[in-house]
Amino acid sequence: MEQFIHDLIGNDLLATIVWCVLPLVFILGYAIVAILAEMKSASWFQDRLGPMRTGPWGIFQPFADVLKLLMKEDIVPARADKILFNLAPVIVFVGAYAAFAVLPFASEYVGADLNLGLFYLIAVSSFGVLGIIMGGWASNNKYSLLGAMRSAAQIVSYEVPSATALLIVAMMVGSLNLQDIITAQSGGFWNWFILGGPKSDVVLASGAVIHADIGNFVFLPLLLATFVIYYLSALAETNRTPFDIPEGESELVGGYHTEYSGMKFGMFFMAEYANMFLVSAVAAVVFFGGWQSPWGITLGEALDIPVLTLLEGVFWTAAKGFFFVFVMMWLRWTLPRLRVDQLMYMCWKVLIPASFALALVVGFIVVIR
Amino acid sequence: MSIPPENKKYELTFWEKIYIPELVKGLKLTLEQLLEKKFTRQYPEERWVPPPSFRGRPVLALEENGVERCVACGLCSRVCPALAIEVQAAETELEKERYPDLFEINMLRCIFCGFCEEVCPEEAIIMSDEYELAFSSREEAIFGKDKLLMPVDKLRPRLNYLHSQY
Repeated sequence: MEQFIHDLIGNDLLATIVWCVLPLVFILGYAIVAILAEMKSASWFQDRLGPMRTGPWGIFQPFADVLKLLMKEDIVPARADKILFNLAPVIVFVGAYAAFAVLPFASEYVGADLNLGLFYLIAVSSFGVLGIIMGGWASNNKYSLLGAMRSAAQIVSYEVPSATALLIVAMMVGSLNLQDIITAQSGGFWNWFILGGPKSDVVLASGAVIHADIGNFVFLPLLLATFVIYYLSALAETNRTPFDIPEGESELVGGYHTEYSGMKFGMFFMAEYANMFLVSAVAAVVFFGGWQSPWGITLGEALDIPVLTLLEGVFWTAAKGFFFVFVMMWLRWTLPRLRVDQLMYMCWKVLIPASFALALVVGFIVVIR
Repeated sequence: MSIPPENKKYELTFWEKIYIPELVKGLKLTLEQLLEKKFTRQYPEERWVPPPSFRGRPVLALEENGVERCVACGLCSRVCPALAIEVQAAETELEKERYPDLFEINMLRCIFCGFCEEVCPEEAIIMSDEYELAFSSREEAIFGKDKLLMPVDKLRPRLNYLHSQY
């Protein structure tokens, strides 16, 4: 894929820039779809129709909203810390965007095929909390600061169970490389980690072999629980309902982005959507086979057309990611917001002990088998 | 008086305590809601047709021969609790002898109580089914005879309803 772009453009520098910007194009397109999906699902869950005036069935509403954000006056509060205030939305977005570098969209399409991909992903995606605290502090607004503090407490706490949950799968694969994790799940949906992982031996790209047999079904309940833990902590990490206390509008106006307007608010918004897709895509990669099709073979491989294989990979990554993004929206209109103490209880007394216990049990089984 | 047993603290079962099945139940409920029929009415295109019992803006009935029923007795003006109606009578050669030279209802004052309709001896002032009352100035809100007169055929459902009631 990277080679193909180089050949197409001919200029090394230009090709590298295009290669780096490709995920951004994807995020922008996805954000437009996700904003509409959010509005439409919100209204449909409430038996309403949602936006219907902008284009047929209101499908151009997100464009109108983005245009509005672009044209709005950009207000910086007089007593705000100007530098930090302007830097914060950029940092939040960079945190989300940097993680896309290791996200495999297809077998041949991954920004950087790092051996420590999963580790990098966990490390970089927690970068965003810095921007959130920065924004909350620089706004010089007590609600912003309170929201930022809550957000920091929440994100830092929930990183522990989410990282532990991902570690459980990494332990089974024996690699932190995301492509290896996906390769381990090749050959149909029954080999996905949500259903207990590979059922026969898998040879990784590095030559290492994962020994597996039908007995891997013992992992099914364990990995199901792991997935639930991961998904719940991912919800908390992206500040989505029912864990959206950092921006609980009933008590905190808008949380850390109260003072932001115009495109700076838009950056926060886009970072939230990018993060939503990121955690969903990671859930898809780690538990649902990433770019693998549910039945193991792809049309592109069968017909020997590499481009088709690539497109199918992107399609499956996007489809699985979108599904989990939809589940996030679905949960938003199902569950009420948690209290701060309930949130901390949930993390430190339920999810962390559960994830540690699961890691112990899975590790033990992996060792003795 | 003893406290009935159902007022005791509700003990959660094991499955309710681990929360996940309850969460799935909630998700199922909202998903069903997602597929329900939507309530939204696309207003300017899809209008609501009120039932005959609806009290919309009061209008003056206009007979088929082009003469209004009103005899300018002024009862509606007297009964109006919001003092919204002004009637000025004049004489006419017709059988009814009197007719309203000026008939104005201030729609900013009207409270749609329907007293004028009840008190009218000629069934001349009737609550119509029109509910779209938007003005851009106070002057515009004072409806004269030009806006108030409405052919009696359009008021038939309301009249039939009134006859069934009294």
